[in-house]
Order: sequence, then C-alpha cells, then structure tokens
Amino acid sequence: MKKFLTAILFAPVLAFAAGPTLHLDSAPDRSSDMAALQNGAKVFVNYCLNCHSASYMRYNRLRDIGLTDAQIKDNLMFTAEKVGEPMKIAMQRAEAKAWFGAAPPDLTIIARARASEFGSGADWLYTYLRTFYRDESRPTGWNNVVFENVGMPHVLWELQGEQVMGADHKLTLARPGKMKPQEYDAMVGDLVGFLKYMGEPVGELRKKLGVVVLIFLAILFVFAYALKREYWKDIH
Amino acid sequence: MSKVNAMLQGTLDWVDARFPLTANWKAHLAEYYAPKNFNFWYFFGSLAMLVLAIQVITGIFLTMHYKPDAALNASGVPVAFASVEYIMRDVPWGWLIRYMHSTGASAFFVVVYLHMFRGLLYGSYRKPRELIWLFGIGIFLCLMGEAFFGYLLPWGQMSFWGAQVIVNLFSAIPLIGNDLSIWLRGDYVVGDATLNRFFAFHVIAMPLVLIGLVGAHIIALHEVGSNNPDGVEIKKKKDANGIPLDGIPFHPYYSVKDIVGVVVFLFVFSIIVFFMPEGGGYFLEYNNFFPADPLVTPPHIAPVWYFTPYYSLLRAVTYPLFGIDAKFWGVVAMGAGTLIFAFLPWLDRSPVKSIRYRGPLTKWLLGIWVVGFFILGFLGTKDPAYKFFGFIPGAPIAQLLSVYYFLFFLTMPVWSSLDRCKPEPDRVTMK
Amino acid sequence: MSCDDTVDCGRRRLLVATAAAGGVAGVAVAVPFVTSMLPSERAKAAGAPVEVDISKLGPGQMMTVEWRGKPVWIINRTKEMLDSMAKIGDQLADPKSDKNMQPEYAKNDTRSIKPEILVAVGICTHLGCSPTEKFKTGAESGIDPNWPGGFICPCHGSTFDLAGRVYKSKPAPDNLEIPPHMYLGDAKLIIGEDKKA
Repeated sequence: MKKFLTAILFAPVLAFAAGPTLHLDSAPDRSSDMAALQNGAKVFVNYCLNCHSASYMRYNRLRDIGLTDAQIKDNLMFTAEKVGEPMKIAMQRAEAKAWFGAAPPDLTIIARARASEFGSGADWLYTYLRTFYRDESRPTGWNNVVFENVGMPHVLWELQGEQVMGADHKLTLARPGKMKPQEYDAMVGDLVGFLKYMGEPVGELRKKLGVVVLIFLAILFVFAYALKREYWKDIH
Repeated sequence: MSKVNAMLQGTLDWVDARFPLTANWKAHLAEYYAPKNFNFWYFFGSLAMLVLAIQVITGIFLTMHYKPDAALNASGVPVAFASVEYIMRDVPWGWLIRYMHSTGASAFFVVVYLHMFRGLLYGSYRKPRELIWLFGIGIFLCLMGEAFFGYLLPWGQMSFWGAQVIVNLFSAIPLIGNDLSIWLRGDYVVGDATLNRFFAFHVIAMPLVLIGLVGAHIIALHEVGSNNPDGVEIKKKKDANGIPLDGIPFHPYYSVKDIVGVVVFLFVFSIIVFFMPEGGGYFLEYNNFFPADPLVTPPHIAPVWYFTPYYSLLRAVTYPLFGIDAKFWGVVAMGAGTLIFAFLPWLDRSPVKSIRYRGPLTKWLLGIWVVGFFILGFLGTKDPAYKFFGFIPGAPIAQLLSVYYFLFFLTMPVWSSLDRCKPEPDRVTMK
Repeated sequence: MSCDDTVDCGRRRLLVATAAAGGVAGVAVAVPFVTSMLPSERAKAAGAPVEVDISKLGPGQMMTVEWRGKPVWIINRTKEMLDSMAKIGDQLADPKSDKNMQPEYAKNDTRSIKPEILVAVGICTHLGCSPTEKFKTGAESGIDPNWPGGFICPCHGSTFDLAGRVYKSKPAPDNLEIPPHMYLGDAKLIIGEDKKA
C-alpha cells in the first residue's frame, strides 16, 4: 500500500532517477510476527545494547510486542532498574569516542535514518549486518560492503562466521560460525524487524487508524457531496 | 420554540448594537456575492485557510512539548532532537500531532502553489486586484520564512546543514555579508542561539505577520470581489437590487461546496499522515533522523521540495559579475525568482484576463514555464552533477530553464500584448 | 418542526446528517489534542513507585522522599507522640478520617499500617503548599501553649497533627493525603504501590 502510493505520488520524479546505485537485500517483514520481534529484542539487548543506547525507547513500551512488565524485567533489563526507564547504556560517550573513533550512535530511530532512495532503512540494516568481511587493513580487522571503513567490528561474527571478499567482489564464507547461513539471516531478520519496530513503535497502530479515518471521510464525503448537489440544483 | 427564537433574536440584537456581528456575517458570507462559475481551481483559497488552521493548532500543541535547546543531554543527544522524539513516543498522540504538522508544511505549499497558479491562469492579479495579489505574495514570502525557520527546530542533520547553507548565503553580500550572517546566527556557526531565535520567529513573529497578511488579503478580496475563470467582472451586470446577475451568496453556496473540497483534501492529507508520513523522504528527509552534528555534513544535502526550484536558480549562476562573486548573484537570482511574481500585475498587458480567451502564444509560454518550474524543482533535489537517464547533464538544463524562468516574466509586456486573444463574453459561462 | 413551504425537509435532513458527521469528526480530532496534555510516558515513568529504606529512621525522626514530584513524609513517631494524638480528637476537623484521604488500610487512629510509622503526602490540602514540621511542643513551638506537636502550613496557617489530621476552623478542608504504600520487608517501604495493584 505504502509503496504503491509513494510510487504514484512521485512517479514523475522517479522516472528521471538514475545514478550510482547501491544494491540492498530486502529485509523480511516481521511487523506482525510477535515471536520474531521478541527474539529481535533479545538479540538487540544482548549484542547491541552494550555499546549502543536506544535512549528514546522505554523498556515498558515492549508491551507492544507482546511482553509483560515481568518478562521485560526478568529477561531484557540488565542496566536499568525501573521498567519505565529508557534503554540507556553505562558507557560514557567520551570514552566510547576514544575507543572506537566515533561514539556508537543511538539506535532508537536508526531504521528510519538509514532509509534512502535505494531502499528502506530496514533493507540497509539487513544488508549491513550480513556483509561484514575480513579486512586486515582496518584497525578492527573488519570491513563492510554497504558501510565502507566502518568503525564497528563484526559483533555477530561468532554466529555468522568469517566472510572474505573475493576478487570478483563477492563474499564467501571462509570459516563457518555457530549458525547456518539461513539461521543467521533469519536472526538478523528478527533483529532488523525489531529495529524497525523501535524506530516507530506506533507504526502499526498508525496504519490501522488510517483505514478507519479514510472510511469515515468517505462517508462524510457522501453527505457533503449530496448537500452540495441539493443546494446547487437551482444554480444554472 | 418561538420563545427560544425570540430569546436568540434578543441576544443577537444586543450584540449587534455593540459589535457589527450581523453586518459582518452579511458582508463576508451571506451577502458576499461570488461568481457562480468557480471551478476546481477555486478550492485552494479556502484550503489554504484550513491548512493554516491545522498548522496553528498543531503548532500550539507541539510547543507545549518541544524544547529549543541545542545542548547535549545525558545520552549525548541534543535536547531539541530528543524532545521531538519525546513527542513522537512519550506524549499521548504526539506522533499524530507532529505528523499533521510536518505533512501540513508540505500541504501548505502544495495548496498555495496551486492557488497562485490559479491566479496565473485567470489573471486574478490584474486591476483591480493588484493589492490582493501583493498581499498574497507577502503571505507566500512569509510562508517560506516560516518553513525555513521551522525546519531548523527538529535539529537533525538536514535542519542544521540547511540552515547553515542558507544563512551563509547572506555572507555573499559584499562588505557587510560576513557580519550579517554572524548577526543572523548569533554565533559563528549555527548553534543554540540560532535555534532559539528561529524558534521565536517560527512560533510567534512569522505567524503574527502571516495572519495579519491573510486578513488583509481577504479584506481586499471582499472589497473588490472575486475574479472567475472567465475573467469578466460580475459587478458590471447587476439586477434591480444591485446584486450581480452572475453572483451567488458565498454562504450557503460556496460554504457547502468548499466542505466537499475540504473532505477531499483531508482524504489525501490523511493518506499521507497515516500511510506515508515521510513522503518517500520528501516531506521528512531521512537524514533528519540523525541528530545535528556540526562536524559531519551528510553526503547529499538538498532543501525540502518546496524550495528546490529557487535553489536551482541559485545554483544556476556560476559567473562572477562586476567583480562580485557568482555566489552573490546566485542569491540575487533566487531572491528575484520569488519577488518577480509581485510585478505580474504590471507586466501583463493582455486585453483579456483569463487563459480561456488568450491566444496560443500565452498557453505555450506558460505551459513551458510550468514544466520548467517542475524540472528546476526536481534538479534542485539532486546533486549538481546529476545526469538525466545517466547521460544528459542536469546543470546546463537548469541554467537554460533559469534564463527562461526570468525571460518569461521580463518579456511578458511584449508577448502578452501581441498574442491573438479571443473576445471575452459579456457574462460568465458555466462549463 | 413541520415540513411546509419555508422548510425544505430533504435539505434539512442532509444538513443535519452532514453536520452530525462533521461534528463526530470534530470531536474525534479533539480527543488526541486534549489527550496529548495528559502526563506523558516520561512523566508516568518518573511517577513510578519509590522504594525507601527506613531502617535508619530513629524514633521521633522524619524523612522526606520524592514521589511523583511531591514530598512524601515518613515519620517514626514516639510513644509520647502517639499518646498526645489520642487526646486532641475534639480539636480536629475529621478525627476519625472519615473523608477519603487515605487507603482503607490506613483508616485507623494513627492513619498508618504500623502504628508508629506515618507515611503522608506533605502537601497542604488547602492550596498545595508544603507544611513545615513543628515537633516541639507547648509554648516553645510559637503556636500555642498547648501545642502537642504537628505541622503548620506557611501559606495560610493550617495546622495538622502528627497523623496529618487537620485542625478545626482552618483553611485546609481535609486531612493530609496518605499515599498508597506497603512494606516489602521490616524496614523496606514502597510508596506508590500497594497490594491491590
């Protein structure tokens, strides 16, 4: 629906669009799969929330994806005390900057910020998290296809294994990780699904409400149009 | 029932003896006679009023939660940026109010551009409506200021660098330029002082001027009466009571008609608010979801779509002139591109007003101008090195179209009087 | 209203229908705007229950903690204090706490769960100032030679006893509010939450 509307509205603009392209794999849709979103939240808390904050996201908002306050407290909260607190981290930004060269960005709305003409933010993240490869010229030993010379090392390497860049600019798995490639992709899909949800927790409600509003306006249109006809029948 | 009626009448009489309520109701609605042949293009005036109301109301509620503060909070995020996300997440229904405001900004320009184009089509700026037009241009300029100041407030990357670039334009002015841009920013870079003053301009200074101008626009309109798609004066043919033969009371006829327009508009507006609030990156730019970082410019920065035609004019000027930088002349071109509309009433020498009775020359020239305006707007969103279909360079096309943009206006006195016009009818026609 | 030459009923029906639908739309739009002024998630999180350790609160001492941005007093009352409170019932406006200013479990002579520990919101029920503690008794308090100890509000002079009960003929209409609270352990108190929740 959304893509279709965007296409119609900007068809004249897109018709012209051409230029350097960035190929992104399209991220699987997890927007209504609560189990996947919960898994994504778990991966996020375990792997990302040590260096990256999500400082606009409150823990208790995770009720949206089917978790209770008790579950949130027991399984996901390591740094906060109250369930209403935002997902902050203990690391100081100045220290982080000294360690990584740049402070790790807040990830709350990263899925919105990473959108571009080449694809949604989720697509970018899905591709990014799957295209780390070994590069000894980098201080971390890792490089990335969509984020050249990235400062972050491949945090999930134990799961994915080690990829290397071939002469044909294709990645191959040099050393397998704990997960099979399909398992890894599915897990990254869950994580990206969660990041997308976190970027706009109200997203699903927004669309549902939109349908109601449009139906209501359609009814109002019928009345308003009939009223206009009624008054204007005398005007010639 | 009659008792209630009598009481209401009594109250009304009491008010009327002290305030011209009934008189104003009649003058502006019930006995304001508008031509009966308004078409689709005549919806956009009332829609502009509607969008103004949406922006004012949503703006008031956003102001309750927004904080114009560039300092970093404990998480290292600027307070202003964090307060926008706070509105989007923590404030009950804040997301809806904010999306209405951000969509409303774009909707305002859509509606106003269509409203202005209507003026071009039917010669609505011509005698005796020059002042209506000038007030309208004032509204348009004010609106651009309002949009520009407001765009800084989310304090994202595009906010920051957009303001940085535009304020630096003023530094192109010889001699005083540098000091002027420092004075505008209140700092050597766009900073907290800039954010605070832009906030003041956005929430009070500009809206006050805007609402004053809208009032003047409507008072002037109701003084001389509306133009219409035939461009003939309905006041020339009146009945025995002095009522124009082709006029109908604004209320109820146009009030009920405008409600239909309002509902259709709200339908489109809701589609954007509820299903695509980012407008494919044109209404809310993706890079603006990164907080402002004075140390890193995003790889691709462009103004929001409604400014891009003028931005193209700015970039089109690449030659220094009279020993002054091209940058300065670019600013002049951009300023002239917006102000030139103000001269239309005196540039147009055609014997008829409406496009319906104008010759092919006008139709072609205007048509090309509109297409050019769109292409300039499109190129303004792109990198200067952009090529159509990968091989037609955009920059020279923008320069060519910029020249045409101005020539269209500057040569208008000549071509508008030369064109083969058809005779205007005596009375309006219903199509 | 009847349908005659002056009233066009078809038109009237349409007017009513459109106005009704428009009115519904107006109200529906007003709801989010009005609701947006309610406490946000941040305010709710800040108003979450507070845990307090009262093990170091000696007899006759008072401590103040913040809950929902309001001062909450915790007072460890001595035997003398409790005794003095029992004698002044006739001077108080609502000695039996009949008005609903406390949870059920604090509707007793001492307005508390444990007799000696009082937990009360330190906001005067008159116009919202925070009363000052006046634990000194008698003339020394500067209030009244027979003052048994309590609180006085600096704004309009309302006086309260050591259970937060308001004296008669004072501007404040009600006793001080007792917030929902419960004991997690012997010396651990949680304010803002009780067993019902």
